[in-house]
Amino acid sequence: MADLRTLFRSSGKRQREIAEAVGRSEGAVSQWVSGDREIPADMVLKVEEFTGIPRHHLRPDLWETTVPNAAHDAALTAPDLTHLQRLEAESIHIMREVAAEAEKPVMLYSVGKDSAVMLHLAMKAFAPGKPPFPLLHVNTTWKFQEMIAFRDQRVKELGLDLHEWINQDGVARGINPFDHGGAYTDIMKTEALKAALDHFGFDVAFGGARRDEEKSRAKERIFSFRAPGHRWDPKSQRPELWNLYNTRKNKGETIRVFPLSNWTELDIWQYIYKESIPIVPLYYAAPRPVVEYNGMTVMVDDARMRIPEGQTPVTKSIRFRTLGCYPLTGAVESAADTLPEIIQEMLLTTTSERQGRAIDKDSAGSMEKKKQEGYF
Amino acid sequence: MDIQNDLLSTDIEAYLRQHEHKSLLRFITCGSVDDGKSTLIGRLLYDSRMIFEDQLAALEADSIKMGTQGKGIDFALLVDGLAAEREQGITIDVAYRFFATEKRKFIVADTPGHEQYTRNMVTGASTADLAVILIDARRGVLTQTRRHSYLASLVGIRNIVLAINKMDLVNYSQDVFNRIVGDYMNFASGLSLDNIVPIPLSALAGDNITEKSGNMPWYMGQPLLAHLETVETKTADRAAAFRMPVQWVNRPSPDFRGFSGLIASGSVKPGDIVRVMPSGRESRVSRVFLDGDLPFAVAGQSVTISLADEIDCSRGDILTGMDDPVEVSDQFEVTLVWMNEAAMLPGRSYLLKLGAKTVVASVTALKHKVNVNTLEQIASKQLAMNEIGLCNLSLSQPIAFDPYEKNRHTGGFILIDRFTNETVAAGTIHFALRRAQNIHWQAIEIDRAARAAQKDQRAFVLWFTGLSGAGKSTIANIVERRLYEMAKHSTLLDGDNVRHRLNRDLGFTDGDRVENIRRVGEVARLMTDAGLIVLTSFISPFRSERQMVRELLPDGEFLEVFIDTPLALAEERDPKGLYKKARRGEIKNFTGISSPYEAPETPEIHIDTTALTSEQAADQIIAVLEQRGLLRGAAI
Repeated sequence: MADLRTLFRSSGKRQREIAEAVGRSEGAVSQWVSGDREIPADMVLKVEEFTGIPRHHLRPDLWETTVPNAAHDAALTAPDLTHLQRLEAESIHIMREVAAEAEKPVMLYSVGKDSAVMLHLAMKAFAPGKPPFPLLHVNTTWKFQEMIAFRDQRVKELGLDLHEWINQDGVARGINPFDHGGAYTDIMKTEALKAALDHFGFDVAFGGARRDEEKSRAKERIFSFRAPGHRWDPKSQRPELWNLYNTRKNKGETIRVFPLSNWTELDIWQYIYKESIPIVPLYYAAPRPVVEYNGMTVMVDDARMRIPEGQTPVTKSIRFRTLGCYPLTGAVESAADTLPEIIQEMLLTTTSERQGRAIDKDSAGSMEKKKQEGYF
Repeated sequence: MDIQNDLLSTDIEAYLRQHEHKSLLRFITCGSVDDGKSTLIGRLLYDSRMIFEDQLAALEADSIKMGTQGKGIDFALLVDGLAAEREQGITIDVAYRFFATEKRKFIVADTPGHEQYTRNMVTGASTADLAVILIDARRGVLTQTRRHSYLASLVGIRNIVLAINKMDLVNYSQDVFNRIVGDYMNFASGLSLDNIVPIPLSALAGDNITEKSGNMPWYMGQPLLAHLETVETKTADRAAAFRMPVQWVNRPSPDFRGFSGLIASGSVKPGDIVRVMPSGRESRVSRVFLDGDLPFAVAGQSVTISLADEIDCSRGDILTGMDDPVEVSDQFEVTLVWMNEAAMLPGRSYLLKLGAKTVVASVTALKHKVNVNTLEQIASKQLAMNEIGLCNLSLSQPIAFDPYEKNRHTGGFILIDRFTNETVAAGTIHFALRRAQNIHWQAIEIDRAARAAQKDQRAFVLWFTGLSGAGKSTIANIVERRLYEMAKHSTLLDGDNVRHRLNRDLGFTDGDRVENIRRVGEVARLMTDAGLIVLTSFISPFRSERQMVRELLPDGEFLEVFIDTPLALAEERDPKGLYKKARRGEIKNFTGISSPYEAPETPEIHIDTTALTSEQAADQIIAVLEQRGLLRGAAI
């Protein structure tokens, strides 16, 4: 332990100042500093407050180095961290690494439940401050109206910056989910995302993807490097050891970072429930107008919906397990209008989450191909 | 499973409470190709009902298409996620899979068996609590079994399940099982694995996976899943001393300053005295914070800590408790797992990342590499991809650390190539070779500036680089003659001359070239300390080493002079007849022919010898020196 004279010297306070501050003579203070006299017990905390020298250095005989007390015992006897606490800690750690090492990070915010959790974690990671990065929403212009309303309200409540990006060229060309199939996703989502990242010069983008969603995602690193043109090369991923992330990029490279990699769909729902995280009401069952389209139950969200011949919209109690562009998102018939009911329904169900999305249906490797082309 | 389902349908709230308090086990599966790793994971997912109907339908269709299991389901297709993997029937990269039982949640990393993907296996192992090592009962303990066990022990996995698979193909023979277990234990006694549990099973047939198999009544232990549900693992230790690497300094407003990080071990609460390492400054914890104040926090949690004093603390520092503070050093003995195609060369500098700290590091000695089959120690000059070696490491500045054995998060590190930015190695610290506080630089009263001032000049290094026969020495000689005429004090270090004396123990392998340049760099630095202008003439083919020398010197005192002569022209001149010999194969590792030359990207001076004579080149160099003010009088 350092000697008192050194500690006093490094405190930057003069003996005269200390004497004034604690109401003793300069001579007395000089004796304390030299070690000739002990600092009186009732002076210790005052001296500590003024000089910043911890009490256990001022009077080691009175103040022990570590103070064993109830709180420490509590830490030792408290139950093990739950898997949700561990996942939360891991995600926050990842976000802070990016904030510390990226030049211009951004968080992809798609308004869905995974984005809701990701945003909630970002608020925690940097509290009491705000996350040191903006949000980016790639809007295909075919999102549910309730998603956009929810997004705007949420961003306002939290006081965050959100960039909305629409592929205006695609809009001008009339690209839509009814006529253009796979090209629609490519132009309005993948191309739009790449253009937005390039336009703003974001070098690192957070995405809410999870490894349990799909087979090629299960193979992806948490820090996923993209070559110029946003291409993913699954065969040469960097080793990723412990929780040490190598964020150094070569020229033209960008990084997609997935802080929710190790969460499952159930973890997401459970965390939303436990933390009371707001989500878009479309996840809860309610009577909504629907038609059968492309083998899915699709909600008629606005007048642009092409209602198949011979059908008229019917009102059914439905909800969504996943949210995207309304003509491409299948609803499930359900009465679940509370979170526990949603979770119960999810656990008893026998189809996986992404089945509601038209994008993955093409072939076994369809997501891998899309990712190689720059899709999240 | 059924009890769980009952609870799920009758009392969802109770179910959620139960699920929330489940613990987590992270494990890897590893083993040789065709030992059945992917099949085992597929089976675990299938038997714990984590495969949904739509995935099952796709799986059945894919199984029939691939035809590996007749009309049966090929579970491997469930985990081999990449197109290339499905085509070749091998696992290239780690796949993470998730399942849960009543008692635990599991994250499984299915790791590749092929030696060329060892780095991907280590990626999976570094975060695991347990390893399931698969052995094909027909083939017994193989090279890969040994390598994977050694790697698992190296990254600190203490719990091993020895899954002896395909028992159905050896008639469920107890003798076969016993013989393989015996072989394995003989090998494993040399490793630090505490808890090895052998289980005979068949992933394909489902024996001893979720339920005890009737085919092997002689096996007295638990089936695999029951073992995974109950095995105790030493996760982040909250009873150990407090450690938190500082990731981020949180300063949203003048009234709040906090240090954010993930607690690596121990616990912390307001009032605790903590020390900031490596500076050693102390303060008291005033708040432990996440999105609100916490009474305490333990290992494994991400928090923000405020201190009572305005002391200096930044990203890369480690907050520690007072009982057992971390050590500080800049020299270590470490184990390296090399993961890059470019071999590790002692002397080359890399970036080291440990916790949130990144510093420059180089290997000062490769003591030996390890034969992973026999654990035998082998002398070597370099480490190739997938090789493991015991090394001494030297850092550009002292860092705070723990031995890896004590703490994964403050004792494990990665090395990063400074030019390609790739992660080239995983490393674990054994111990410090010396304590940083013991190093004292000899205080010198007459310093380099004083010595240069005495000569009324500025000291610097002119580093000539280029192919053999490019004209480096010729031009350097003319430049030195001009300097001499200006009454400047200088010296010239020439490649050939240095190799006759100081470096006569070195050859021309990549490793020796690195050491050659390191020594020359140090000599050049000492000479500039003496106040001299130093001209060096070396091929110095690697960017890393030229960068290393640049960093030895103060800013602006290292000038790289690229003597740019096309290979064809240098070969045509061939003043020493070396190219001809190299072409005939009489000289190995000849730069430009059989060894690479990495041209400077932004040299201070670029001489195009196809456009200038040697005299003109010297004129241009002198002009640049004048322009930079380096030929003026002393700086003082």
